[in-house]
Amino acid sequence: MTAVEERPANPVGFGRMLRKEDARFVRGQGHYVDDLQLPGMLHGAVLRSPMAHARIVSIDTSAAEAHPKVKAVITGKTLESLKLAWIPSLSHDVLAVLATDKVRFQGQEVAFVVAEDRYAARDALELIDVEYEPLDPVMDARAALEPGAALIRDDIEGKTDNHIFDWESGDAAATDEVFANADVVVSQDMLYPRVHPAPMETCGAVAHMDRVTGKLVIWCTSQAPHAHRTLYALVAGLPEHKIQVISPDIGGGFGNKVGIYPGYVCAVVGSILTGKPVKWMEDRSENLMSTSFARDYHMHGEIAATRDGKILGLRVNVLADHGAFNNTAQPTKFPAGFFHVFTGSYDLQAAHCKVTGVYTNKAPGGVAYACSFRVTEAVYLVERMVDCLAAELHVDAGELRMKNLLRPEQFPYTSKTGWVYDSGEYPRALRLAMDIAGYEELRREQAEKRARGELMGIGISFFTETVGAGPRKHMDILGLGMADGAEVRVHPTGKAVVRLSVQTQGQGHETTFAQIVAEELGIPPEDIEVIHGDTDNTPFGLGTYGSRSTPVSGAAVAVAARRVRDKAKLIASAMIEASPDDLEWEKGRWYVKGNPTQGKTIQEIAFGAHSNVELPEGVEGHLDAECVYDPPNLTFPFGAYICVVDVDPGTGQVKVRRFIAVDDCGPRINPMIVEGQVHGGLADGVGMALMQVIAFDKDGNCLGGSFMDYLLPTSIECPSWELGETVTPSPHHPQGLKGVGESATVGSPPAVVNAVLDAIQVRHADMPLTPAQVWRAMQGSPFRTDLAIE
Amino acid sequence: MQVTMTVNGEEVTRDVEPRMLLVHFVRDELGLTGTHWGCDTSNCGTCVLWLDGEPVKSCTVLAAMAHGHSVRTVEDLEQGTVLDPVQEGFVREHGLQCGFCTPGMMMTARWLLDHNPDPSEAEIREAISGQLCRCTGYKNIVKAVRWAAEHRPIPAQATPDEMSAS
Repeated sequence: MTAVEERPANPVGFGRMLRKEDARFVRGQGHYVDDLQLPGMLHGAVLRSPMAHARIVSIDTSAAEAHPKVKAVITGKTLESLKLAWIPSLSHDVLAVLATDKVRFQGQEVAFVVAEDRYAARDALELIDVEYEPLDPVMDARAALEPGAALIRDDIEGKTDNHIFDWESGDAAATDEVFANADVVVSQDMLYPRVHPAPMETCGAVAHMDRVTGKLVIWCTSQAPHAHRTLYALVAGLPEHKIQVISPDIGGGFGNKVGIYPGYVCAVVGSILTGKPVKWMEDRSENLMSTSFARDYHMHGEIAATRDGKILGLRVNVLADHGAFNNTAQPTKFPAGFFHVFTGSYDLQAAHCKVTGVYTNKAPGGVAYACSFRVTEAVYLVERMVDCLAAELHVDAGELRMKNLLRPEQFPYTSKTGWVYDSGEYPRALRLAMDIAGYEELRREQAEKRARGELMGIGISFFTETVGAGPRKHMDILGLGMADGAEVRVHPTGKAVVRLSVQTQGQGHETTFAQIVAEELGIPPEDIEVIHGDTDNTPFGLGTYGSRSTPVSGAAVAVAARRVRDKAKLIASAMIEASPDDLEWEKGRWYVKGNPTQGKTIQEIAFGAHSNVELPEGVEGHLDAECVYDPPNLTFPFGAYICVVDVDPGTGQVKVRRFIAVDDCGPRINPMIVEGQVHGGLADGVGMALMQVIAFDKDGNCLGGSFMDYLLPTSIECPSWELGETVTPSPHHPQGLKGVGESATVGSPPAVVNAVLDAIQVRHADMPLTPAQVWRAMQGSPFRTDLAIE
Repeated sequence: MQVTMTVNGEEVTRDVEPRMLLVHFVRDELGLTGTHWGCDTSNCGTCVLWLDGEPVKSCTVLAAMAHGHSVRTVEDLEQGTVLDPVQEGFVREHGLQCGFCTPGMMMTARWLLDHNPDPSEAEIREAISGQLCRCTGYKNIVKAVRWAAEHRPIPAQATPDEMSAS
């Protein structure tokens, strides 16, 4: 027994509400892909390349096939016969499912074994004999385009170099002119190192092809089940109506679980070959070494300003390391994602960026880890450049920002790279963050400590996010427009069900989407069931990433609920025998204007809709509606972050003492969940700034292939976050919502880095700011992280 | 080989390979899937369960090593239909999001509170520092454990006076 006070009543709509999904999670009753056990299920395991770049001379699978528990061994040759050895990547390249000609990164998939249990499958991998002819690996993006660099993609006809694309945004000539006439120009090279999202649950799938019905069911760790279904249909030629993709509970995604990985395809092929369900779950090393990484942007930034600190322009050149296959997941038109939001939160005269993508012998991917399609890199660039300018001008970094932030009256604001920022009150957010932090007092404390030789740093970042992709006419992924569907159905007794195209990975959709409907219809959220993650039972849509669930799917649900409300009005008018024009809505009820006692609740109307009430002409029975929401614009959440650190002058060890985060994501559906999302993103920022990096040695060995090498922040490195909030609704979202899932991951790394560099009084050093890195920076040698061991 | 152990108070016997990990034993052999598999290197802590009353990372314990011993998993936290205060605290304070690290975190938290009923924030942070969470940034996990500390289970033999005092 427990002495427990009563839980507060749930809000009928927005407000703090405990999560509906938690009842199963705290009992250990969550249902993740690896929890699935089917009768006769077999287990798959992937043989991976030990080399970063090598020609495959031969693959001998005979010993593995002779293993008594092995049911099938699949190689690139097997897949070639099914035309599945290569599949389209998410960026109009191709991707090897199992290598046929060469291996192009360490950890690349070479063969797949299907066996009776997971141990036997692993045993059999040891029995496969692959002969490799090693080739020179290209591990440094800066050398990838040099003459004589080894050619990675000789599978592409006519390809003679490692170049993928050049892309630019903004006005180059206007920017050059601003720079030519500026009082002050500061330039800085910086690397946003390769990191990995590393969700606690790795990626995996269970595939079951029923030979009798021809139906293929795939339970998968997918953030985008509908997109997966369509891609399987397009690529494998399987009929789409016979494919069902189910995303059960997902143990974190962060962009790692957007794409289709070779292991999923192999599990499907394994099931087709054996007629049995096949489970494949990667282990942690496989997850870190082969699935979608993030960042790896070598950036050269320049900022132009007047002597008195008015920022005039930004110019950026980026060398983007995309790994061995161009498999970044972003809207087709934007090969560098939304990097061109690098103009940030400031009013500029001109801006220009150029991004060059190159192949290297590293794992493919590149857009992941809560980055909002590379807004992380953009925010890091601009917020570091502003600090570099502040150092050059010897002005306070907070004051410099305040002076240059966009003002509320400038919204909607068209940026120099073409974005239309929907709404913002930037100075208010920065002032609030500085007030919570006690900024002036912190600066006084810092001065006193400096006088004593102690290293204390205060770092600020102000970010503008761009999320909710996106308008169909501009945005698609592999030709699929980025609109999302939703269905709301009210049952006869007034309970409801809402079906979503998006897929939670911990965001709490079963709660928040019920609250969205509750806000519109006045049905208590506990009376609303949220169905998601099953393509047979939900409308089409592109899934959850890029903080798009609330701005796109949330809008779809709100609009569908409003359609239900409109229909309820007509039915209520028939039930009350009043004109619809005479009815008014209060949450949960239509009533006669001027006669509030004469009305019908949504529950009464729901029953009426299913009863023998005579309905007005043209009104069908039942109470339901659907919507496919094509967002008119993206949404632009923003925030002001302040980080306070102490650095040990003897060791370079950084202690994050405080972190203040003011976020504005418009109205908050459930403040508790929003705050939780921000907390998690802030931990990501501390991790990226201080410890996380996927590095390689010059031979192509991945140096971040386990949690012993790829360090993630624990409860010790994370402070007790201090949050604040402002509310600036989006003018184009039906409920004013903007989305928040990635804000803190996007906004926090520069605050931490700025704080550390402020402490040690160094203009720039690349992440991660490990003790060794900080110590070297203090000795005047900024240490590069892309080739950590030389 | 045959292994016999007590799991959540019930004796179980299974024939397993000598190399089978305890995490796979409880998940695949016993169907207790609340204990998760996350890293293989004892770093992430999603596989934490109790072995003879002590939290262990079951990805680095062989099922054979648990032979003759007692195992407790997250499925045993709820008693009858009453949640352990740790479970209640995780719900109340939003100490979980995706739920994957949660069972391991709760098993460590229960152990901590059994040995230190009124832990400070620093003590809680130290106790869970061998386990990773990618969603919560840990703050609400700390609050969840504090909530549990402040809402202790009432001992079965408690008198009415003690009950009202708690």
